[in-house]
Amino acid sequence: MEKFTVHEGIVAPLDMANVDTDMIIPKQFLKSIKRTGFGPNLFDELRYLDEGQPDQDCSGRPLNPDFVLNQPRYQGASILLARQNFGCGSSREHAPWALTDYGFRAVIAPSFADIFFNNCFKNGLLPVVLKEEEVDELFRRTEANEGYRLTVDLENQVVRTPEGDAYAFEVDAFRKHCMLNGLDEIGVTLEDADAIRAYEARRRNEAPWLFQQN
Amino acid sequence: MAGKTLYDKLWDAHVVKQREDGTALLYIDRQLLHEVTSPQAFEGLRIAGRTPWRLDANLATPDHNVPTTERSKGVEAIEDPVSRIQVQTLDANCEEFGITEFSMNDVRQGIVHVIGPEQGATLPGMTIVCGDSHTSTHGAFAALAHGIGTSEVEHVLATQCLVQRKMKNMLVKVNGRLQPGVYAKDLILAIIGKIGTAGGTGHAIEFAGEAIEALSMEGRMTLCNMAIEAGARAGLVAVDDKTIEYIKDRPYAPKGELWERAVEAWRELKSDPDAQFDTVVELDASTLEPQVTWGTSPEMVVGISGATPDPEQAADPVKRDAIERALKYMGLQPNQPITSIQLDRVFIGSCTNSRIEDLREAARVVKGRKVAETLKQALVVPGSGLVKQQAEAEGLDKIFTEAGMEWREPGCSMCLAMNADKLGQGEHCASTSNRNFEGRQGFGGRTHLVSPAMAAAAAIAGHFVDVRDGWIGEAL
Ligand code: SF4
Repeated sequence: MEKFTVHEGIVAPLDMANVDTDMIIPKQFLKSIKRTGFGPNLFDELRYLDEGQPDQDCSGRPLNPDFVLNQPRYQGASILLARQNFGCGSSREHAPWALTDYGFRAVIAPSFADIFFNNCFKNGLLPVVLKEEEVDELFRRTEANEGYRLTVDLENQVVRTPEGDAYAFEVDAFRKHCMLNGLDEIGVTLEDADAIRAYEARRRNEAPWLFQQN
Repeated sequence: MAGKTLYDKLWDAHVVKQREDGTALLYIDRQLLHEVTSPQAFEGLRIAGRTPWRLDANLATPDHNVPTTERSKGVEAIEDPVSRIQVQTLDANCEEFGITEFSMNDVRQGIVHVIGPEQGATLPGMTIVCGDSHTSTHGAFAALAHGIGTSEVEHVLATQCLVQRKMKNMLVKVNGRLQPGVYAKDLILAIIGKIGTAGGTGHAIEFAGEAIEALSMEGRMTLCNMAIEAGARAGLVAVDDKTIEYIKDRPYAPKGELWERAVEAWRELKSDPDAQFDTVVELDASTLEPQVTWGTSPEMVVGISGATPDPEQAADPVKRDAIERALKYMGLQPNQPITSIQLDRVFIGSCTNSRIEDLREAARVVKGRKVAETLKQALVVPGSGLVKQQAEAEGLDKIFTEAGMEWREPGCSMCLAMNADKLGQGEHCASTSNRNFEGRQGFGGRTHLVSPAMAAAAAIAGHFVDVRDGWIGEAL
């Protein structure tokens, strides 16, 4: 998993409450054998004017000019600003897969749906909960200033604005540790690699038939 | 101090590290892989730049998606593009990472839960995982075996470990002996009928008692296979002479001096006499009759002499609703005798009942008879290429085809209808598989779970019959 320490990037404001995982990535795209490649279908129904099919080349599809991610000023955005209860609906891990594949590293919202929130941490996407007023303020500033950028500092648990404000956020210590060091659950288990090897050495003696080469 | 259960022993032998939060890092001896739940796991390894921790612990085969019709033209000829891509992806991933795979046209290919034991890749005392819930099957060999999700498949590939919390111990003690014509399938259906589909939730179920000791290894696999349908992630049977006899000389089994040492260790794989179980259930096998599911959950089951339930008789309103809904979906009336259910198709196969013994039992019933004219199709799908070969050597394929049944290539087939083998809307099927959920065998399809002998007899009669009423021919 990619480390997350301090990230600075363009902000895209998605001014909708209760964005569900079906909006983030519609169900017809779940047949894929991959966990990458969902980026072109992120927010598919909001983003395009036609109905998307799996395995379709999206470059020629008619774009919805009103959708925020289609506006030139938000190209290259890596921080998504959202409203409350972002990511509600199904447990599909495809939702964070699609957001990261598109290029997002952080989502800022006043609240998130539980499972989505958990899934984000497994995939190197930082969900940041700020106060309702702070999110409102960020929406105003992002819309008023083209190319508006924010800095998300996980180490110090603050979001810094170009105007010099710093909004603090909470994050669970274990998850923070994993994100800062780029550790997914596999990474955490691999911290015990020596214990695994020691176990194997012992078992190889006790039950050598479990380690035969076939 | 109280003794240990078999599950306790298996658990203790595999703890790499106990963590403070109550979870443990558990070492996994064997991972079985198939095409549906592995692609994102391999993809994850690639993205993170990781390699499998221990290649020789893994064994792969495509099963869920493979066509069961003639397939000598190979993977490229699979018609459904989604299926084809999944099978090709498994081939490519195994090739790239160096994992042993029995690919589609290898004679050793088959349903993962059939080929593990068949190859001796399933051994007593192992921890075994697979991205498939019916991994519980392997518990028949006193192995701690359970299904996992795709993220966990990746986790095991990368670390050879799984983060787990210990389950509780449940004992299902089956006294007495099954009568002729009553099989392991009937027994597990009756157990699920008794404890319910959530009865084993949070537990590892150990099956013990006279009836279990009398079962063949195939029968024990059928039993453990459906432990998951009773809510338990793992089923277990202790090691005895039959276990050891079954494994001897299989390709992946230890040989020579190592074999002697292994057998000595395996003999210990049973619960201590003074072991404590959190839950104990007792059953008498001797009065059991052949079982048939009438509804849309494996617990909706009744003996062949019985009838569908009457929702009016259910005291609990939630139950009444469930019965009404199930009867409606199944197109059945309350109090309808099971023998009056007319069938459209018959499916003999799946990881529950597609081993050689299952096929022999079915053939014994079918021999010299013809499938009912009212039947649209009777499919026989062996669990692996080797089962198919063995059955053909014994002439079972001829018995089936002469009766008007279709003899197919190995795979999951109509168990979950991911390939072309499906039920049509409203069709009734006598099936030897393990799940009768709505739509499982095809949209709107109606599944009745039964033993292979009962399915075979139903194919001939066109409706359910009691296989004990003169249907069982001479042993083949
Ligand atoms: S036969 Fe059916 S239950 Fe068994 S692994 Fe295949 S799909 Fe799953």
